[in-house]
Amino acid sequence: MNKINLIIGREYWTRVKSKTFLLTTFLAPIAIVLIYAALIFLVTRGSDKERTIAIIDNAGLTENIDLSKNNLKFTVETISFDELVKKYDNKEIDGILELPPLDSSQNKYDIIYHSDKTLALDESGSIVSLFRKKIRNYKIEAFGINQSSLDLIDTDINIEPKTIKDTEKEISSITTTVSSVLGMIVGILLFMVILIFGSQVMRGVNEEKINRIVEVLISSVKPFELMIGKVVGIGLVGLTQFAIWAILMSVLSVGAFSLFGLDPSAMQDVTSSDVTKELMADEGVRTQIAKVVKELLALNWALIIPLYIFYFIIGYMIYASLFAAVGAAAGDDINEAQSLTTIVMLPLMAAFYIGISAAQAPDSTLSVWSSIFPLTAPVVMPIRLASSPPLWQIGLSVVTSILFVVFMIWLASRIYRIGILMYGKKASIKELGKWIFSRG
Amino acid sequence: MSILSIRNVVKKYSNHVAVDNVSFEIPKGRIFGMLGPNGAGKTSLIRMITSITRADEGEIILDGEKLNASHPMQIGYLPEERGLYKKMKVGEQLLYLARLKGLSQKEAQSKVDNWLEKFDITDWWSKKVGELSKGMQQKIQFIATVVHDPKLIILDEPFSGLDPINTNLIKDEINAMNNNGTSVIFSTHRMEQVEQICEEIVLMNQGKIILHGDVNQIKSENKENKFEIEFDGSFPSDMLADSFEIVEDTSKSLIIQVKEGHNSNDLLRGLLDRNIEIKSYREVLPTLNEIFIKKVGESNE
Repeated sequence: MNKINLIIGREYWTRVKSKTFLLTTFLAPIAIVLIYAALIFLVTRGSDKERTIAIIDNAGLTENIDLSKNNLKFTVETISFDELVKKYDNKEIDGILELPPLDSSQNKYDIIYHSDKTLALDESGSIVSLFRKKIRNYKIEAFGINQSSLDLIDTDINIEPKTIKDTEKEISSITTTVSSVLGMIVGILLFMVILIFGSQVMRGVNEEKINRIVEVLISSVKPFELMIGKVVGIGLVGLTQFAIWAILMSVLSVGAFSLFGLDPSAMQDVTSSDVTKELMADEGVRTQIAKVVKELLALNWALIIPLYIFYFIIGYMIYASLFAAVGAAAGDDINEAQSLTTIVMLPLMAAFYIGISAAQAPDSTLSVWSSIFPLTAPVVMPIRLASSPPLWQIGLSVVTSILFVVFMIWLASRIYRIGILMYGKKASIKELGKWIFSRG
Repeated sequence: MSILSIRNVVKKYSNHVAVDNVSFEIPKGRIFGMLGPNGAGKTSLIRMITSITRADEGEIILDGEKLNASHPMQIGYLPEERGLYKKMKVGEQLLYLARLKGLSQKEAQSKVDNWLEKFDITDWWSKKVGELSKGMQQKIQFIATVVHDPKLIILDEPFSGLDPINTNLIKDEINAMNNNGTSVIFSTHRMEQVEQICEEIVLMNQGKIILHGDVNQIKSENKENKFEIEFDGSFPSDMLADSFEIVEDTSKSLIIQVKEGHNSNDLLRGLLDRNIEIKSYREVLPTLNEIFIKKVGESNE
């Protein structure tokens, strides 16, 4: 045990103190936040130069509306087009917006913008939203529709789940969406952690083999101890990195946004259409949001959080030990181990794709069984957890996972122990099979 | 008392027998040579002694005890395929390897310091191993092998890659440790080194021991009745016939093969009878290299 600790310590500290770790851990979040902030900055400020646009209004759309929008200044002109072009040449105006007559029998309306410079995306958006409501009202009037009956036309259809027996459990349709999004995030995160740090284990093992230090090491410690030490050490590096990222990202986001004088919710103004804004104003939506928060809080976090951690550890251990075996079986050129890596990657990729579908259909047969099958469970089960699967499935999945991780570590250590001393050539899959059953 | 007893040890791999029922004893405090061509089973045997692998059959007894989990700590092993972490600092690396051998942080620290002082390389402590030359890395590797004061040191081709100065430096250290009672197993196929260093050897081929014993004894057992004579004039041709044969003729001396049924006295007498003035006369013992080639050749037939 003492020796495993030593190995874990070395694996951990040499990595954590390395330049690469410091760079990726501290610079990556800073870069991400800066890029994000810069993006918001650009999008919200957008085209900062003020533009004057002349409007030739053949449809009467400019009556009774406020014609200023961010950096756009509109002037309604009655002079001829040619004279406006002269104004354009004199740089008095930046463009001419031609509103053709409205035809209520068409559901298309082409506004023409005359200019040698195109409009920015947000500028076109602003212009469209400026006239949309006006055209709508015009058509409502033209068709002689009553506003209140129009409001009733678009029906908001919603399937409201209601439990029959379990009256305690109150679920709403919104929960499904929330839990599938939550599950998806957790699943993607797990997949990435396993992939990134699993392949680090593989490279670390192979490096020791190429260095030829491995024979020196295993004359002091058992190959099993060496493998476990490496797997755990690198796992801890992963946890450290994620913890630092989480802290840095939150601190930096707050810092960056206040630095740029930005409100992250300003993003919403740009990305969301007026429809969402209208919805936001709606009292019903507010209660819905409150409901989502309530649903989220109502999830059994005391069970879910420990399970997330459990599946993280189990998933990482299963795949990292497999990657360790591949690193040991690979020859002096890790790139030659492609076929072996594929074998490990295959179930992981499968888990990822099944996981995505499980986020949408958490109770499908595929989702249920792959959340119990140990190679896919570490990714799929956490995704399903948010939608409260039956306890027996969780229990079964936990038990099979524990049994499997023990088996997997055993299997990997069998391959590792022999592979690590086979220099020069990469082992075939058939050979790996022999190694598993050969004696020490 | 033996430091190591190998008793009927067998190691099989899927397609061949690497070590085939081998038994021998290594006396305590000796420098013991383990020789053999590539693939003879030396490394397989060493890996069993160092508990890297287990014997399929037979037993290995270290200092009176069957191999157990505490033994790797009492052995210092310098494998032929060796290396260090390139990116780790010399000092940290030696500390780590010493601690893996069971030393406490404090013990490890003082022993590593001692060795660095002994080799006059204390300023290498914070250098990365990758920055050192190959010979320098070898020195570090040697320190890593012996830092925990093992009872038994196993050196597999310890001098490969070392210049003559460093070879002597390491050789002196091996001898010094041996004088303090440390037993040494020295595995190589460089015969001149074996002759210089080892007192006793085993010669392995194809998993079996084909020769075992004291170096001098082996040499005399394998002598071929050859004598080197320095004298004036030419060898009397009438003596040659069926009794003697000139094996080698250098400008200064002759090497004469004495054939069956005759002995060295016959040769001397013949020369004296003919009034030939002999300047020097000595028996030519075979080198280990010759014995090695001959024995391996015989056992391969």
